[in-house]
Amino acid sequence: MVHAVQSGHPGAALGCTEFVVALYFQEMEHNKDFNIDGPGEDLFFMSNGHVSALWYSVLARSGYFNVAELATFRKINSRLQGHPATEEHLPGIRIASGSLGQGLSVGIGAAQSKKINKDDKLVHVMMGDGEQQEGQVWEAAMYAAHHKIDNLIATIDYNGQQIDGPTAKIMDLMNLKAKYEAFGWEVVETKAGNDMEAVLKGLQTAKGLTGKGKPVLNLLYTEMGYGVDFMVGTHKWHGIAPDDAQLENALGQLEETLGDY
Amino acid sequence: MEKTLDLKYTFTEKKDTRSGFGDGLLEAGRKNPNVVGLCADLIGSLKMGAFQKEFPERFFQVGIAEANMMGIAAGMTIGGKIPFTGTFANFSTGRVYDQIRQSIAYSDKNVKICASHAGLTLGEDGATHQILEDLGMMKMLPNMTVINPCDYNQTKAATLAIAEYVGPVYLRFGRPSWPIFTPANQKFEIGKAWKMIEGTDVTIFATGHLVWEAVVAEAMLREEGISAEVINIHTIKPLDVEAILASVSKTGCCVSAEEHQYNGGLGDSIAQTLSRNQPAPQEFVGVDDSFGESGTPTQLLEKYGLNAENIVKAAKRAIKRK
Repeated sequence: MVHAVQSGHPGAALGCTEFVVALYFQEMEHNKDFNIDGPGEDLFFMSNGHVSALWYSVLARSGYFNVAELATFRKINSRLQGHPATEEHLPGIRIASGSLGQGLSVGIGAAQSKKINKDDKLVHVMMGDGEQQEGQVWEAAMYAAHHKIDNLIATIDYNGQQIDGPTAKIMDLMNLKAKYEAFGWEVVETKAGNDMEAVLKGLQTAKGLTGKGKPVLNLLYTEMGYGVDFMVGTHKWHGIAPDDAQLENALGQLEETLGDY
Repeated sequence: MEKTLDLKYTFTEKKDTRSGFGDGLLEAGRKNPNVVGLCADLIGSLKMGAFQKEFPERFFQVGIAEANMMGIAAGMTIGGKIPFTGTFANFSTGRVYDQIRQSIAYSDKNVKICASHAGLTLGEDGATHQILEDLGMMKMLPNMTVINPCDYNQTKAATLAIAEYVGPVYLRFGRPSWPIFTPANQKFEIGKAWKMIEGTDVTIFATGHLVWEAVVAEAMLREEGISAEVINIHTIKPLDVEAILASVSKTGCCVSAEEHQYNGGLGDSIAQTLSRNQPAPQEFVGVDDSFGESGTPTQLLEKYGLNAENIVKAAKRAIKRK
C-alpha cells in the first residue's frame, strides 16, 4: 500500500502489526456491520493515526470493507485517507486521528459513554511512544485515574523511535511505567511485543486488570519495521516508502505476504 | 440618554447571558437524558452548578485541562451522548483549536462548545482573557455552526435549540449584566436572521451584546429622521444570506456591529456575502486589530467604539457612501 502510492509510514505499521491483528482477530468482540456508536462492542481507537495502512489492512481483512479498496490508499477520491478520518465514512473508523496526543482523551470519553449506557464492553486505545511527549496525553492520564475509567486499556507502541531519531535522544521518555503508575494506572509490560503469543498473553493480563477502579496501560515493547531486515529498529523508515527493489526484498522476507497489498 | 429615547424594544431587567446558558442547559438536561456537561474548573463562572446538582451522574469535572475536555467530549458522542463543554471563550477556542479541528469539526461530532466571558465585556481581567478572535477561528472550520445570542432569553433559547440540532456547535456568550429585551420562551431558529426593526435608509446587522446597542442606535437615528433596519444575526454560520441580501437590496447600505475583531467577524462574513452578490457600502463597528485591556465593560465598549453612538456615526458614513 505504502509502496504503491510512494508515501506513508511503514516502520511503525510493521512494528505493531501483531498487536492490532491480535485485537481484531482474537481479543475484541466487534461487529463488521459497522455502527459508529458500537453498542455492545469493544472499541478500538488509533491515536497514532500515521499507522493507518496497518489499520486499514486489518479492517479490510476483518470484513469491514473490500480488500481491493486497499489499493486506493492515500490516492485522490479514496475513503482511505493518509490519516484515518470519518469524513468519507470508511467503516471501522470512529474519529479522525493523525495530529498526535488526542486519542487517549477520545477513548476515555467513549469509555465513559459506555459506563453511562451500562455497556460492559471495553475500549482500547493505541498510542505511539513519541506521542507521549504531547501534554494532552498526561491531562488524559490524570483524568482517567481520577474518574476511575477502568473499562479502558491503553497500549503504547514502545519502539523507541520517532521521526528525528531515537526517543532517548530526541526527548527522553525516562521511565514510562513509573510515570503511569504515579498517575494512578495499572501497568502491564509486554516485553516481546512482536511475538503473537506474548501479545495475546499481555492483552489477557491487561483485561484481567479492568473493572477494578483503575485505567490499564499495556506497555508494548516492539521493534519498528519488524519482519523486514532493512527497516528494523531504525527511525529512518518512519515516514518514507520503499522503492520497487526494496519492496520485492521486503515481501520476500514475509512468509504471510498475500500479494494483495 | 436611553431613557429619553423612543426605543422599539425595552427592558425591565438585566441579566448575564451566561445565566441564559446555565438555565437552558438545565432544561435541556431535563428534556434529554443524553445531554451531559463537562467543565474545566469554572462551574460557577459558566453557571453549570444547577445542572451538576440535578444530574451529578451526567456531569464531569475535567480540571484545568481544556484540550483533554474537547477530546473527552468528542469521545462521549460515540455512544450517543450530547456533551456541552464549558469554559471561557479564550480557552474554548484558541487554546484547543487543533483538538476542535480534528476530533470535533473534521470528525463531525455532536459536541456543543459553550463559551463564556467572550469579548471586551469580560472587563477587568484584561486582554489575556478577552478573546476577540473566536468567531473567526470557529467559522473557518467546516461542519461548525457558530452562534452568538444577544441577551439572557435568546441565549437560553439557543442552548435548547443546539441540544436538538445534530452536529458541532460553538455557542458564545458573556459575563456582563445586560438588558433582557427579547421575549421569554422564544423559538430559536439556527441560521435564521431576525429582523427586529424595519427601516429603509440603512441596515444594521448586529450580533451578541451589540444587538442592544443597535436597538438604541435605531432610536437615535430615528430622532434625526433616518430610518434604520435592525437585524439580529445570532447565527454567524450558517449565515442567513437571503435575509442579508433582501435587506441591503432595500436600504442600499449597511453597518455590521459586533464585539470582535474586524478580521474574521460577522462584518467579514457580510462583506463577503455582499461582494459576491450585490456590492454595497458597508461600515464596521468592531475592534480594529488590537487587543483589549482592563476596565469596566461600559468603559471598554466606549473606548473601543463598540456602542450605540458609534453605530450611529457608522450608519451616517454608510448612507453618505451610497
